[in-house]
Amino acid sequence: MKKTPSSAKTKISLFVLLVIFITIALSLAAIIFAIQAFSTGQELVAGYLLLIGFLAAALSTYVLFQTRKRMLHLRIKTPPITTTIECRKCSFKSVRDFQRGDYIFKEVDPCQKCNENMLITAIYREVKERKEKTRF
Amino acid sequence: MNELAAMTALQNQIMQEPFGEYSWILNVLIYVFFFVFMFYGQKINTYIMLREVEGSLYKLKYIRDDGRKIAVETIKEIGKSQTDPTVRVDRFLEYFTISPQSLDPAGLVWKLEHVLDVRENRFKDEVKLMAPAADKTQTNNLENTLEAAMALNYIYKVIRHFYLLGKKTLSLYIIMQIQMILPLIMREAEAYASALKAFAYGQPIGDGAGALVAAKLMHGQPTRKIAKDCVVATVPIEGRTAYVIKAEGHGGNVGKPGDATKTIIEENEGKIATVIMVDAALKLEGEDVGDIAEGVGAAIGGPGVDQFKIEETILKYRIPIHAVIIKEDIGDAVSPLRKEIFDSVDTAIERIKQVILEKTKEGDKVIIAGVGNTIGIG
Ligand SMILES: [Zn+2]
Repeated sequence: MKKTPSSAKTKISLFVLLVIFITIALSLAAIIFAIQAFSTGQELVAGYLLLIGFLAAALSTYVLFQTRKRMLHLRIKTPPITTTIECRKCSFKSVRDFQRGDYIFKEVDPCQKCNENMLITAIYREVKERKEKTRF
Repeated sequence: MNELAAMTALQNQIMQEPFGEYSWILNVLIYVFFFVFMFYGQKINTYIMLREVEGSLYKLKYIRDDGRKIAVETIKEIGKSQTDPTVRVDRFLEYFTISPQSLDPAGLVWKLEHVLDVRENRFKDEVKLMAPAADKTQTNNLENTLEAAMALNYIYKVIRHFYLLGKKTLSLYIIMQIQMILPLIMREAEAYASALKAFAYGQPIGDGAGALVAAKLMHGQPTRKIAKDCVVATVPIEGRTAYVIKAEGHGGNVGKPGDATKTIIEENEGKIATVIMVDAALKLEGEDVGDIAEGVGAAIGGPGVDQFKIEETILKYRIPIHAVIIKEDIGDAVSPLRKEIFDSVDTAIERIKQVILEKTKEGDKVIIAGVGNTIGIG
């Protein structure tokens, strides 16, 4: 049931990626130049370069993570759905993954122990939900 | 302008020290920013909102396309049609229903019911053409799947309409009204997306909690068909005779509990001590999933036809009506049954028994109507 969406839709456009990586490269260059300028005593220029370098690096990584986050968010996840089968006679119980055609109160193959027809008694999904603590 | 002067003075002081003769550049920049935001602030805001809507629109498009794909695949798998159903599905997704004119509201319910009946029959015929090999259960499930795909398609198209209109006019207010309700719309779209999957696989959904209560009560008893897509079983509970009603399982359908209740009341010539309705209901944020609440009135959603019929009949015979609801949010209601909801069904049964004990005498007849989509519940 888990399907990864087709690549055409999930791929971040190549152009955006290119721009992001060029910006990162340029910002790194700016930082290197800043160090150079600092060592030759041009403190003002060094300060500006450093500022520009860090700003550009921060901005581009932010954009990169944002786009990635959006892509991850797109995938709709389905938690596993389990089917519980019970024997009415000896209360033998088995749990398996949901299969197409299952429904609650469907009679399925006979019990392994007593040959009585078994019954689907439950179909549900278990959601592990972090409960946010609020004061209300 | 006083603050402006003070600000400039402050800047001059701060800037002049380290930047010397270049400080005027910064000054000019600050002024430029100030005026740009003063005159174009709203436009910038509009663009930001537009981008936000665009992002959601991308997601909606993805959800819709995914839904359509699942629907087509399921139809191909189950229907075993000779021809490709894609064209038919695409045409189906554009279907619309016009609700009856309500200028003169007398008799509106019957008109609405008629339109809805025609709609359902048309849908079923359409599904049969798409998937000739599907049996009755599968036809119901496929119809539900397609309806979810239709809803997703509609949501996408409405949001796209407002986005494009907003882009064309650049009017803040057009974009704003859609941006404001966007979080709610996205939740609804996600709910429909998971509903679509549940329908395609035939899994029980949260909305079926009421039907599950009825199924548990009537399990092991012989049932008979009563109204369209509805079954009833006579179950002895606490010395009373209970007519338990639910939609006919295990395909996706809600039946017509209104007609079923009416028929049973009339069969007994109105000698029913009480009607108890069980349904899933929307919870408020902060309430727990699977909480049970009791009340009075006809607990049934949908277009209102069934609620109307039940209310008419019980009024005619002055029968008291009680309701037990199981709380869940919109996402849970249409996605595969959660464990919490499944577990709460037993509590709901206990509460029903309590109501019966308190409100009726031994030997009385009661109606218990389990409302909801019975998909995946036999
Ligand atoms: Zn056994």
